[in-house]
Amino acid sequence: MTALSILYVILFYVAMITLVVGVVNKILQYIRVPAPLKIAVTPAPITKTGVVYRFFTEIVLFNSLFRATKWTWIFGWMFHLSLLLAFFRHLRYAVSPDFILWPLINLEVVQSFGKYAGFAMVIGLLGLFGRRIFVDRVRYISSPSDYLMLILLAAIAGSGLMMSFVNHIDIVQLKAFILGLFFFDWQNLPTDITLLIHLTLVLTLMMVFPISKLLHAPGLFFAPTRYQIDNPREQRHLSPWGAELEAKDGRNS
Amino acid sequence: MADFDTPEIREFPVIPTIMEGAMSHSSPFIAGEEFQSDMGFPSAENVGDLIDGWKEKFLELMQDKLSKYRSLQVFMDTCVKCGACTDKCHYFLGTTDPKNMPVARQDLLRKVYRRYFTFAGKYFPKLVGAIDLTEDVIKQMYDYYHQCSECRRCAVFCPFGIDTAEVTMAARDMLAQIGYGQKYSNQIIPKIYKIGNNLGLPQPALADTLEGLEEEVEDDFNVKVRYPLDEKGADILLVTPSADFFAEPHVDGLIGYGKVFHEAGVSWTLSSKASEAANFGLFIGSYEHMREISLRIREAAKELGVKRIVFGECGHAWRVAYNHLNTLAGPWDFLDQNYPIPQHILEFTKDCLDRGILNIDKTENDHMTVTFHDSCNIARASRIGSEPGSQFTTPREVIKAVCNNFEDMAPETIHDATFCCGGGGGLLTDDLMELRVKGALPRMTALKHSIEDKGVTHMAAICAICKSQFTKVLPYYGMTMDQIVSVHQLVSNALILTGQGEEADESEDEAA
Repeated sequence: MTALSILYVILFYVAMITLVVGVVNKILQYIRVPAPLKIAVTPAPITKTGVVYRFFTEIVLFNSLFRATKWTWIFGWMFHLSLLLAFFRHLRYAVSPDFILWPLINLEVVQSFGKYAGFAMVIGLLGLFGRRIFVDRVRYISSPSDYLMLILLAAIAGSGLMMSFVNHIDIVQLKAFILGLFFFDWQNLPTDITLLIHLTLVLTLMMVFPISKLLHAPGLFFAPTRYQIDNPREQRHLSPWGAELEAKDGRNS
Repeated sequence: MADFDTPEIREFPVIPTIMEGAMSHSSPFIAGEEFQSDMGFPSAENVGDLIDGWKEKFLELMQDKLSKYRSLQVFMDTCVKCGACTDKCHYFLGTTDPKNMPVARQDLLRKVYRRYFTFAGKYFPKLVGAIDLTEDVIKQMYDYYHQCSECRRCAVFCPFGIDTAEVTMAARDMLAQIGYGQKYSNQIIPKIYKIGNNLGLPQPALADTLEGLEEEVEDDFNVKVRYPLDEKGADILLVTPSADFFAEPHVDGLIGYGKVFHEAGVSWTLSSKASEAANFGLFIGSYEHMREISLRIREAAKELGVKRIVFGECGHAWRVAYNHLNTLAGPWDFLDQNYPIPQHILEFTKDCLDRGILNIDKTENDHMTVTFHDSCNIARASRIGSEPGSQFTTPREVIKAVCNNFEDMAPETIHDATFCCGGGGGLLTDDLMELRVKGALPRMTALKHSIEDKGVTHMAAICAICKSQFTKVLPYYGMTMDQIVSVHQLVSNALILTGQGEEADESEDEAA
């Protein structure tokens, strides 16, 4: 194996572990910290099914953002949908043909959509970048990391597009490398500069995920304003530390 | 009072260009030692100074808050600075100060969170906008967390449900505990503990006021409607904001509740111990004080032996009652489980109207064309009825049942997109007059347009703070203070009492 391949094997494991441990850690923290009070933003669902529907509209349609600002919604939604499509396309590098979902992943429609989604992704990111620069309110609240994150994502999309449309790489060898990572049967990585840039950026993204605002992805599910069922009069809500207060003075009995 | 210009109402509302520091001078009085100690908060030797070791204490408190409130911990992490909230706050729209954009307001605390509690902020502070905790930062927090009325309009539009009110509450509580308590709230809350209500009206004064109301109603309608106080064995305990006892137009609402109860033939009472629905513990972000204030209601209900609890017209009080009374002062197993606990006065009145037991003459309100101001806490933090959204429909249905002329304001300013009156969240104090006037701009704009386009003459509200705020602020915008009315004032106008106008006092038997 080449030294470069060994380096990327190590980087891949480090990034993967950072991502998984970091995000799981954060999720456990969100679970551990109690929500002492009912703070659902109303009108809120009065059943569990209703909460699922509320999240569906938020996650699939970005409902609140749509109500808030149409431009950010268009660009943001376009970017996230493209990300999803690109993800599906990329599965073919990480899944062997005897895997049950292979026929689905290998569908022409999945592959083509994933391929052209790269353009939509770049447009979406440019739009978001433009808002950050040109809207005075958004410029005021932006930190360097906010711009850098958009640049990082755009560079990932751009280098990906390069490989799809300009500078094709040895995807058979790439797939061997990726599968090798999963089965601890390490293979050489194609030494193509576009690919190396693409992978390096993706690994960076994975590593910053748990220490950046990308935590909005798991965090979204833990906002009591959105996940709580609107039933405070019907069902008593009490946190462990609230219960301790009560037990101490006995004034709720 | 500093001089300031009332913002101009434009033909179309516009999103203003930001003006840094436009409201940096706005800061409410800091509580002196006498008020801080009543609340169990520390104070420095001189008012305006921080206590010794304030920095360590603040970070310690922050760690504690982060481990106790999921909302705060999650909200500190999840903001992506998308800007969706930046044009949603009435204080930003009215003042143009960028620190009044919800995300910027949260960032006052988030920048410190990042610096001391996150990897990125500890090692790359400049990159992620993390800052050291300094006295200047604390001062800014005090100023701008008291330019938020905790109305949650931003939370409606945030793609992640981030609620600035949660951040404001946490920040205010931490500030109070390092010597920066707000005078207005910290002066009021101890009055609840000592006397029973925010205004400090003792039992004899209350009894006197209520007797006056009884006489007034009898003089006007020749019917004896009772306004009982501390009556053991009554079925219903009415908990209402103390402004209802004397302020205009609040008191007309209280007269209305009494008339509805009278006609419904139920027995009810007010309590001198719980002679206040307001719970400023919410505003200052203190679970303990919010609980303490709520427990008075539990004690009063037990002492009086009531079966039901009904709340009068008050926005944040209803938020606390609806969402938190069960948590803080429950379980309510000793009350009648056939009724909602607690119940809103509008739920009670709506039910009476639906059952047809109220004799209504809508023409009594024909001199008005009424619109309705959705109070922020009711719109975005409660229900008034059994269905989601009933907090919007119930008040409107009641108004339409007693008024012939009703018009809504612009759709983007009502229901869950309603604008705060500008005086909520513990900001209803004279030392914040400029903020209150400017913060009212979006609501005043919508009202003015419906006056001009739809012939609206009056705006009805179901919140004591809204009513007080509008009474004060309407004249700044060229309208008159009597254009704000209570919903139960409208009910009262149209409600024909049984036996009304008759010579004899036959109706007395029914008043039980």
